[in-house]
Amino acid sequence: MTPGMQTAGLSPLDRPNSYIGKAVPRPNLERLLEGRGQYVSDITLPRMVHAVFVRSPHAHARIVGIDVTEAKTMSGVIAVVTGAELAKVITPWVGVLSHLKGLKSAPQHAIAVDRACWQGEAVAAVLATSRALAEDAAEHVVVEYEPLPVVTNVRTALDPATPIIHAELGDNLAFERKIDAGAVDDAFKRSDKIVDVEFIFGRHTGVTLEPRSIVADWAPGDRRMTVYLGNQAPHMVQNIVAKHLDLEEAQVRVLCKDVGGSFGVKVHIYADEMATCALSKLLRRPVKFVADRVESFNTDIHARDHICRGRIGVSHDGTINVFEIDDLTGVGPYSMYPRTSAVEANQVIILIGGPYTTPNYRGRTRVVFQNKNVMSQYRGVGHPIACSITEGLVDLAAQAIGMDPVEIRRRNMVRDDAYPCDSPTGLKFEALSHHASLDKLVAMMRYDDLRAEQVKLRKQGIYRGIGIASFIEVTNPGAAFYGVGGARISSQDGVAVRLDAAGTVICQTSVTEQGQGSESMTAQIVASAIGVSMEKVRVILGDTDNTPYGGGTWASRGTGIAGEAALQAAKVLRGNILATAAAILQGKPDDFDIVDGMIVDAHGQQRIELNELTRIAYFRPDTLPPGFQPELMATRHYVPRQYPFAFTNGVQASWLEVDVITGKVKLLKHWVVEDCGTIINPQLVDEQIRGGVVQGLGAALFEHCIYDETGQLTNANMADYLVPMATEMPDIEVGHQISPTLESELGAKGAGEAGAAGAAACVSNAVNDALSPFGVTITEIPLTPRLILTALGRI
Amino acid sequence: MIAPVPIALTVNHERVEALVLPRLNLADFLRDHLSLTGTHVGCEHGVCGACTVRVNGDIVRSCLILAIQAENATVETIEGLSDSGEIADLQSAFHQRNALQCGFCTPAMLMAAQDLLLTNPDPDRDQIREHLSGNYCRCTGYHAIVDAVESTAHARLERAG
Repeated sequence: MTPGMQTAGLSPLDRPNSYIGKAVPRPNLERLLEGRGQYVSDITLPRMVHAVFVRSPHAHARIVGIDVTEAKTMSGVIAVVTGAELAKVITPWVGVLSHLKGLKSAPQHAIAVDRACWQGEAVAAVLATSRALAEDAAEHVVVEYEPLPVVTNVRTALDPATPIIHAELGDNLAFERKIDAGAVDDAFKRSDKIVDVEFIFGRHTGVTLEPRSIVADWAPGDRRMTVYLGNQAPHMVQNIVAKHLDLEEAQVRVLCKDVGGSFGVKVHIYADEMATCALSKLLRRPVKFVADRVESFNTDIHARDHICRGRIGVSHDGTINVFEIDDLTGVGPYSMYPRTSAVEANQVIILIGGPYTTPNYRGRTRVVFQNKNVMSQYRGVGHPIACSITEGLVDLAAQAIGMDPVEIRRRNMVRDDAYPCDSPTGLKFEALSHHASLDKLVAMMRYDDLRAEQVKLRKQGIYRGIGIASFIEVTNPGAAFYGVGGARISSQDGVAVRLDAAGTVICQTSVTEQGQGSESMTAQIVASAIGVSMEKVRVILGDTDNTPYGGGTWASRGTGIAGEAALQAAKVLRGNILATAAAILQGKPDDFDIVDGMIVDAHGQQRIELNELTRIAYFRPDTLPPGFQPELMATRHYVPRQYPFAFTNGVQASWLEVDVITGKVKLLKHWVVEDCGTIINPQLVDEQIRGGVVQGLGAALFEHCIYDETGQLTNANMADYLVPMATEMPDIEVGHQISPTLESELGAKGAGEAGAAGAAACVSNAVNDALSPFGVTITEIPLTPRLILTALGRI
Repeated sequence: MIAPVPIALTVNHERVEALVLPRLNLADFLRDHLSLTGTHVGCEHGVCGACTVRVNGDIVRSCLILAIQAENATVETIEGLSDSGEIADLQSAFHQRNALQCGFCTPAMLMAAQDLLLTNPDPDRDQIREHLSGNYCRCTGYHAIVDAVESTAHARLERAG
């Protein structure tokens, strides 16, 4: 067979030797395996000083005075800087976006100027020749505070008697949104059973294993700021740093090399990091800040703190007639900048009931200010909450009418042949696979066998439960996410590919890498589309000076958006290479193909290697036909335009055992079936799913930022804030359905957050299933032994 | 402040002499004085395990011991274990199985896994999970790590015949 025949009608991705759909190992992992990565915490620059922040011990207090006299005299101290002093070189910000209508917030400073609004907000910075010396001196900065009344309880945050945190805003309401679709009251009236419960979601946080770290290097001679930062969105950071430090964007270079965990925690830019940039500009030398673990708990964004009343109306035949929610969340004293703190609530309200045909839905969400650490987007953003409410209600409805949880889902999920279609709230679904995914899940977990085992074990006093949760997930967001609201956060991504003089493909992409495999995904696509081995592709990312402009890695967008840009750029380069080959070999471009780095002709005959082609193109262009100029570099950008988001779907199941004496939950097994469209690397997708699941399992059972009524975070350390350990986690089996998006040639949708979306919901449902003989329903996470034993009436 | 103290120890088979402050912990000594940045600092209070190194053959949390306590000790870090080839098969299994994502926990995870395999050449999955429970990983969910350790154990047993 000739190469021309092999590839006729085939996408480059389907060609022989394609890496698409192959579980190849990620390139360039040796440096991480050998401890030779370069995380920001590893970076040391000449004349670098270390910043340590003095933080407010009060949740709300006026700063009466700061005495730095003694601190300034201490060993190694270079400077002590207050908020008022720093405000001369950096402007404050307000975390609002115009498309989140009515969202309000107050100006936030890099370092508090007059008032600290949460325990842990920085009130001064100490700079010294080592972190230890800076910490020594920080203890000698004397801050006089006048404590102010605190707002900590979200339930009373809007009461007239509650103090208003920012008087100029008029109240503590940051954002409110309502949805009313269909005929909700009628639907409840004709329902045979109505379930009405309150769900409580504990506040938790990402706990990236490497704390937030930054080295800011203002070079006065170049008038440039180089920022080494563990971050997912370097171009966003470039914009924000320039804007608030009175610089042009071209004066700011942001470098994101190895990042020790991100999960959305590092998609934001924090006041501490902004202060570090400003301090570097002020001191005209590099400044490093690495958060310690206590600071991480007090200042990394938190998420999920929601109280939500949920109602569902169901008929005896299993038809779900209506959903209704009333959601309340407290997000700290400021809306996070620039992505805001209203997105999680906004996602919750739009995603309720997502997998189902139910036409009637009423929802309200309110976001209130409080004197706690700021909340904002963390992996899954709203999905875990919407999924837990929806799937919790569906299970309770099934229980109310005596129907199996799988059966009620089958009767109500949108049919797999119904697409494209819109949800009652106007979400646009291109192609989902709820039924096929559920069928596959039921087969994988051997649902009927588990039910039989459950019944048998119950007779022996062993209480096991099965929990199932379906979900839809927002991926591949277009400009609707941030751009339309006025944020300079790009929804498009760009990829440049070039064939260098040695025949190696150099690829620069605006997507970033935090371990999910962006580099591998890019190399697999580019290598496949051009026709070279992956070893011949070098990917450059995380550098605003050396990559095209783009959004980065967040909202499960890397593969679907930057992957498509990589494909299109590589196809153009492939065409240019073939044109050059045709010029050298005196034929037509269509007569040739590139197979494993070799130009072959229509008879499959190997003609010249790519490094021979590049030798001629770069060093002997005089031998080419007159007027022919090889263009061995190509750039393409991509953003989805047809759909605001590419929705994906999935379903998860948990099998667990509740010890009714101790209240402990033992996770036995977890299953996931998800549909992210075209899969580039199944191993990487599976591992994204597993990692996300375990973060959701942590939320379900352990993770909780516990504040007292005075706004003190009482468990800001790793011994008291529990994260999942290996021994507590189950094996996780992952299966796939594949419904590609037709909007792109690649057909890929996102997978990074699907695991987190449904894991906690399954566990809650499984615990309630296990405890059903006791007539107990718990709709709160984390499901601690205390919570379970209290529900059982044992304590 | 107490004055610096001279110490002498062996790090990755090299003799090291240094003047250190008594309060300096071993993790900061390795990272800041010897530039051995493969030893990571995740919590600085002995919980996350990212700073695990081998001291006199035992794995320890280098954030919980002082550099001066390592006087005359033999210290091995991930750089040493990598260069000696001792864990090449384990590293390869981690790579093939994608048992790392961000890689921040990985050097210490490899240390802990090798420690297990040296004492228990044929651990079951529960034993692997138990032994690695002092090392937090926020990316992988642990399943792939357990797979990689299990497959390394099996391969070593096969090679040993």
